[in-house]
Amino acid sequence: MGKKKVKTKVVSQRELSGKGTEGRETGERIYDMWLETDLAGDARAGQFICIYPQDKSTLLPRPISICEADRENGRLRIVYRVAGKGTKEFSHYKAGDDIEILGCLGNGFPLEAAEGKRVIIMGGGIGIPPMLQLLKDLREEGKAEDVKVIAGYRNGQLFLKEDMEKYGDVYVATEDGSAGTKGNVMDVIAAEALQADVVMACGPMPMLRAIRSYSGEHGAKAYISLEERMACGVGACLGCVCRTKKEDAHSHVKNARICTDGPVFLAEDVDI
Amino acid sequence: MNTKVKIAGVEFKNPVMTASGTFGSGMEYAEFVDLNKLGAVVTKGVANVPWEGNPAPRVAEVYGGMLNAIGLQNPGVDVLIERDIPFLQQYDTKIIVNVCGKTVEDYLEVVEKLGDTAADMLEINVSCPNVKEGAIAFGQKADCLYDITSEIKKKAKQPVIMKLSPNVTDIAEMAKAAEAAGADALSMINTITGMKIDIHKRKCVLANKTGGLSGPAIKPVAVRMVYQASRAVKIPVIGMGGISCAEDAIEFLMAGASAVAVGAMNFVNPYVTMEIAEGIEEYMRKYGIEEISGLKIDDL
Repeated sequence: MGKKKVKTKVVSQRELSGKGTEGRETGERIYDMWLETDLAGDARAGQFICIYPQDKSTLLPRPISICEADRENGRLRIVYRVAGKGTKEFSHYKAGDDIEILGCLGNGFPLEAAEGKRVIIMGGGIGIPPMLQLLKDLREEGKAEDVKVIAGYRNGQLFLKEDMEKYGDVYVATEDGSAGTKGNVMDVIAAEALQADVVMACGPMPMLRAIRSYSGEHGAKAYISLEERMACGVGACLGCVCRTKKEDAHSHVKNARICTDGPVFLAEDVDI
Repeated sequence: MNTKVKIAGVEFKNPVMTASGTFGSGMEYAEFVDLNKLGAVVTKGVANVPWEGNPAPRVAEVYGGMLNAIGLQNPGVDVLIERDIPFLQQYDTKIIVNVCGKTVEDYLEVVEKLGDTAADMLEINVSCPNVKEGAIAFGQKADCLYDITSEIKKKAKQPVIMKLSPNVTDIAEMAKAAEAAGADALSMINTITGMKIDIHKRKCVLANKTGGLSGPAIKPVAVRMVYQASRAVKIPVIGMGGISCAEDAIEFLMAGASAVAVGAMNFVNPYVTMEIAEGIEEYMRKYGIEEISGLKIDDL
């Protein structure tokens, strides 16, 4: 199935940063929504969908990574943070609501790169959600020698940790030290003396830069998922480019389109 | 009923085109849109050599529209000729190549290279607000616009559309200057220069600081300018700026446009161009209008 804009139904939505959850007072609101859509059938880990706000004063679709794909039952899960008007609208959606989405977009993580390798998956903050489907797919394929997960959180609001623990051990880092290693995902690597041949990661830019340096120093291949403000989501507008080391085959300049050529890039290929 | 329109001798099956820069070279949207159903595909602006464009962030949403400062990133005219024009030739639609440059010589080089290609028309971008040298300067002063238009007309084998900037005091004066220099048609409006500040980060959202405003927010400005320009000249005007549905397109045709182009709304609804072509037909059927030109209201 190619890229399509489709009507879809909200199956369920709940707030992960609910009452009694530590960290809610910091203002981070994180939501967990399941959507019913055929697009789930060939969704790949690391791909994203665009959701169109219904308030037409917010014109552009919002790119949101796929957290989980139930391919058999045709359902996609997204876990997102309320960051502005669009995501605020999404947070009010309820089971049964009809919404429009465009998907599945982007390249996704290269599962074949994990074959016979020791893989560490790293997610930081709102970069954690795509790690869940990646972890599931790597487990299912069973070709990696070993898969470990490191999740970096701001505070004790450890969203998706339990979901990921169903598929493997999860090392946690928190900035405030309220759980796991105090610090960031790279501090976990040092503290636990973890070794990786392949790193697959999504998170804030400083984290991705640190992973890029780590991969250079340790000879590990790092696949990082990038983010940028997007308009079309399909590679036409050239809004969401990242600088590349070599001339890009499509653009013929040192710019690749994050929406189409990415969002996942080999760290050594991009200038971040 | 007949939806065909003729502009500078080129016949289009319907008056709906894509606005340059919002549709790539057609390839990216061919997954959604049957390009055979469009009057024309207008390609992303192309220069004599590849351009890197501006740093990111290049786009920002604003109320009812968006700002962009792509900076005319493009792979250069040679790639367009080898890759993009042959792709578009597979479809039964007209090909309009948008041309950009920093100097008059840049423009002329592109225009000459396109001379023997299947491009049906050339649209000359003298109105991009996001590149510092050349470009918009040519479109903001009537005498500069006159000069570049006449230079291009000397070399161009295809009919020439001059794409005008709304960032001027008197659009009619600009339209007349282009017409006097021999332009075969005009297109308008390009984006309106704007800015957005992130009050939490205390800096501009776009890396380029300023960008071009497009989307429904600019439609009334565009309709007004198409109205003023089309009534100041005899050459056809292709109208664009915030068209999001057939009703919007009809407004432009009533104001005096001979055809329309759809831009930012492709990002909101990838099927919008086809829907607009169908919607115009439906409107004509409903009101018994035989020709697209019959939509124009002379005594508006």
